[in-house]
Amino acid sequence: MADPVLQIEDLGVRFHLKRGRLTAVDQVSLTVNRSETFGLVGESGSGKTVTARAVMRLVPIPPGEIFQGRVLFDGENVLDKSDAEMRELRGRKIAMVFQEPMSALNPVFTVGNQISDALRTNLGMSKREAKERVIELLNLVGIPSPESRYGNYVHEFSGGMRQRVMLAMALSCNPSFLIADEPTTALDVTIQATILELIQSMTERFHMSLIFITHNLGVVAHTCDTIGVMYASHLVELGTKNEIFANPLHPYTQGLLNSIPRLDTQAKFLTPIKGLVCNMLEPPQGCKFNPRCEHAMDICSQEVPPLKEVAPGHFVACHLHP
Amino acid sequence: MSDYFLEVKNLTKHFPLNNDLISRLGGKTRTLKAVDDISFFIKPGETLGLVGESGCGKSTTARLITRLIEPSSGSIYLKDDDLLSLPPERMLDVRKTVQLVFQDPYSSLNPRKTIMQILSRPLEVHNLAKGWTAKRRHVLHLLRLVGLGVEHADRYPHEFSGGQRQRIAIARALAVSPQLIIGDEPVSALDVSIQAQILNLFRELQQEFNLTYLFIAHDLSVIRHISDRVAVMYVGKIVETGTVETIFENPKHPYTHALLMAVPHADPLKPPPRLTLQGELATPVDPPPGCRLYGRCPIATDICGEVSPELIGRGGEHYVACHNI
Repeated sequence: MADPVLQIEDLGVRFHLKRGRLTAVDQVSLTVNRSETFGLVGESGSGKTVTARAVMRLVPIPPGEIFQGRVLFDGENVLDKSDAEMRELRGRKIAMVFQEPMSALNPVFTVGNQISDALRTNLGMSKREAKERVIELLNLVGIPSPESRYGNYVHEFSGGMRQRVMLAMALSCNPSFLIADEPTTALDVTIQATILELIQSMTERFHMSLIFITHNLGVVAHTCDTIGVMYASHLVELGTKNEIFANPLHPYTQGLLNSIPRLDTQAKFLTPIKGLVCNMLEPPQGCKFNPRCEHAMDICSQEVPPLKEVAPGHFVACHLHP
Repeated sequence: MSDYFLEVKNLTKHFPLNNDLISRLGGKTRTLKAVDDISFFIKPGETLGLVGESGCGKSTTARLITRLIEPSSGSIYLKDDDLLSLPPERMLDVRKTVQLVFQDPYSSLNPRKTIMQILSRPLEVHNLAKGWTAKRRHVLHLLRLVGLGVEHADRYPHEFSGGQRQRIAIARALAVSPQLIIGDEPVSALDVSIQAQILNLFRELQQEFNLTYLFIAHDLSVIRHISDRVAVMYVGKIVETGTVETIFENPKHPYTHALLMAVPHADPLKPPPRLTLQGELATPVDPPPGCRLYGRCPIATDICGEVSPELIGRGGEHYVACHNI
């Protein structure tokens, strides 16, 4: 029944910077099945975006370097592909929606022009066919009067509408896999609700697999089937949505869930995770979370705990769960 | 003596757009009604949460109260002083009473100054500490209050993380021993685990110094956590205000209701977020008469397009601006 589309195996990405070597992604392994929605959660700098970009081979090399691991898409290692083969893959098989549409879209071309450009290059459509298809797409993502919006520039759209344009562009070449990198972070809640609904209906309608990157646990609670939690370059916990929320095992996941103020009750004080996120240029030895962890033991500062299956489908990387 | 620490009455700020000569001759000037006739109060020692989506006028309200910008009309009373008619020398005293913490601690701290310099500046302006030793002692005390150490005093802002910078910004606000702190989205730029630390810090400081807060945020769960009373803003207007329980348990205004329905709960067993309004945010530029929510509202009637509803008391401290409730 499980039909893996994307398998990331032991991925490691680092950056060679003037200030030193920064390991952004380390020993990350995960699988996304067909039509599955995978939520990748973590705070800023935890390596979520770099993981996603490594799948698309969008990590700038240099200063970046994918120093270990494999990324299998439909059984083929993406990391071994030539640049020409990657161009085939991007857009047509895997598409990406970025957080900030204003910087991801080109301000000097009209929206219609940009999307039809992708259609003409990737699918070899004629100018007229492409225009028809773009209008169809804009209509599909819920942009009112798409014929007249075709000739508008990005700055003429509101934030929510820009994200709809990004989505139309991502969907343009019928990809089977979508990566959405914080697509609703810059949006107000009411707009966020509509965009989440739209992404969900699109993935269902076109049977797409989705990696949804976010720092908002509320968002993954309602959009994702499986959740992976990242902390300081490592995947620390992986499981079904219900498992992660009902039975979080890693102290970081627990801490994260306790830190969010709740909407239904009011507590005088929150229970934050103590301390600060480690400096990734000089990360601590062993488990990266150990300086902030309340359950830290001697072994935690010596060995990096591997990701282990503790219950069917529930993986955790913690020495408390050997 | 007023019961309220801060009282805002009919506060209005209109920004003229296309206000050049040619547009004015052609009658093409437009007006952005950022804050349009709002009234609210804050009692001493309480936290009023001001919530709304981007562009609704929350930050403009904060800037008006601190007189960083001048209102078009209306009045602001701080205890018994009318802030807008206060002579400049008294205004300096008011600035000691009311302090502001900004959203982005990356742009609100001068990158060329050390933390010592940043925190001693308010002491110099208000003449609160003379001589290096006195200032140094005061600054170290402030750093301890916000959970930083002595070793941080001589560093520069870039050496700190976002959460630590926000602690420094809070320390700067505390330097003059204010009574009212206005937080303009002070935790929005922070990660969840750090956000919780800063929210706790706000609470602790409030208890210790009996501070009054005006806390501005767009995140409803943050507002729910920190506030005693809440005011909900929509495109320049306050649409509903009441105690935190009333607003979250028993919201009356369709906009408040929609806002609450749109928030994703961090709990997969709760219903998923959805939008009960049509279309997108209205624009504050030359808004039509009537309710600002007209056109999006599921319960609108004809009167809503013609007459702007007033905030009407619904018992207790609950006020709602809606024709159809």
